[in-house]
Amino acid sequence: MSRLRRTMLYVPGNNPGMIQDAHIYGADSIMIDLEDSVSLNEKDAARLLVYHALKTLDFGSTEILVRVNPLNTPYGRDDFEAIVRAKPDAIRLPKTETSADVIEADELISEIETKIGLPCGTIKLFAAIESAKGALNAEQIATASSRLIGIAIGAEDFVTDLKTTRSREGIELLTARSFVLFAARAAGIAAVDTVFSNVKDDEGFAGEVKLIKQLGFDGKSIINPRQIEIVHRIYTPTEDDVEKAQHVIEAIEEAEANGSGVISLNGKMIDKPVVERARRVLDLAAAVKI
Amino acid sequence: MKIKQTSIAGTLESSDISIAVEDNDGRGIEIELVSTVENQFGGQIRKVIRETLEGLGVKDVLVRANDKGALDCTIQARVKTAVGRAVDGNLRPWEEK
Repeated sequence: MSRLRRTMLYVPGNNPGMIQDAHIYGADSIMIDLEDSVSLNEKDAARLLVYHALKTLDFGSTEILVRVNPLNTPYGRDDFEAIVRAKPDAIRLPKTETSADVIEADELISEIETKIGLPCGTIKLFAAIESAKGALNAEQIATASSRLIGIAIGAEDFVTDLKTTRSREGIELLTARSFVLFAARAAGIAAVDTVFSNVKDDEGFAGEVKLIKQLGFDGKSIINPRQIEIVHRIYTPTEDDVEKAQHVIEAIEEAEANGSGVISLNGKMIDKPVVERARRVLDLAAAVKI
Repeated sequence: MKIKQTSIAGTLESSDISIAVEDNDGRGIEIELVSTVENQFGGQIRKVIRETLEGLGVKDVLVRANDKGALDCTIQARVKTAVGRAVDGNLRPWEEK
């Protein structure tokens, strides 16, 4: 079963209380941030805080990512040097625009892994696409490194680059979301949607989660723990969905035992894509123990 | 490692610790601690501060610490940040063995 990434919780990197408590809310992934949520004169403090926190704290099975500063800033290189040594599951690259951005990060991680005796490829990468250029290059970005486990869209910078603003319906993001999703699926990696900034608008948030789930995203970046339950509820299959999926799997296993790859169940053809969808439903159900 | 200027790191938020360091005019390592958990953990907090300073090679420093229930890893990070801001050049303590 592949790892679920329904929720990726942003945690400001210079706040020890939030970092040490982040995993208790049940998000699938935690993304500790050294970039936009940390002021320029606290970059050194946040980097060391996250370094020590990751080396010391036990986050259980929660996936841990650290968003570093871009390598074209004065902070990027030190962020990589410190954070690779602290061994999160992945480093999240902000503002990725080309495959060269990913390759540069990949090579730097390799260099640090070699220096500290960590097997090459241990630390994964997750790339955030936050500009028109990045969206247009999404396919190349998604295939630029074997370390890449996923790509995400970051909407706030993206709409600014597009010279528009975010609407409740999100029409301005439709093309970019599609580009990111297509690129991720073609590359066989995860696709994670952007944050929804108004934490008081649960209805608007739920609407956006339903939209991105229907589009095919694995999950959503979130900025407040109270958004976790809403996302997980929407991503949780109904009992009816689970029952149907179980029937599909039982039927196909029986058919395979009889040497056939395609069967009919209640008048509907069951073949490989239907089985794949059924398996995903059961994976999601298993994650929430239905 | 010599403290060149008075520096501070950390905050007074819950779970954090504020660490101010200044040169101690040859009197060695001195730690003035105020903590919300002084009775239970005062000794441990002082020990972590002292060991972190010694690990950095800082021998002469007055530390004023105001603790709001920070974990050891937070104390280490804040001490290293304060010292990093107080010495010449870039301190990259992740490169230590």
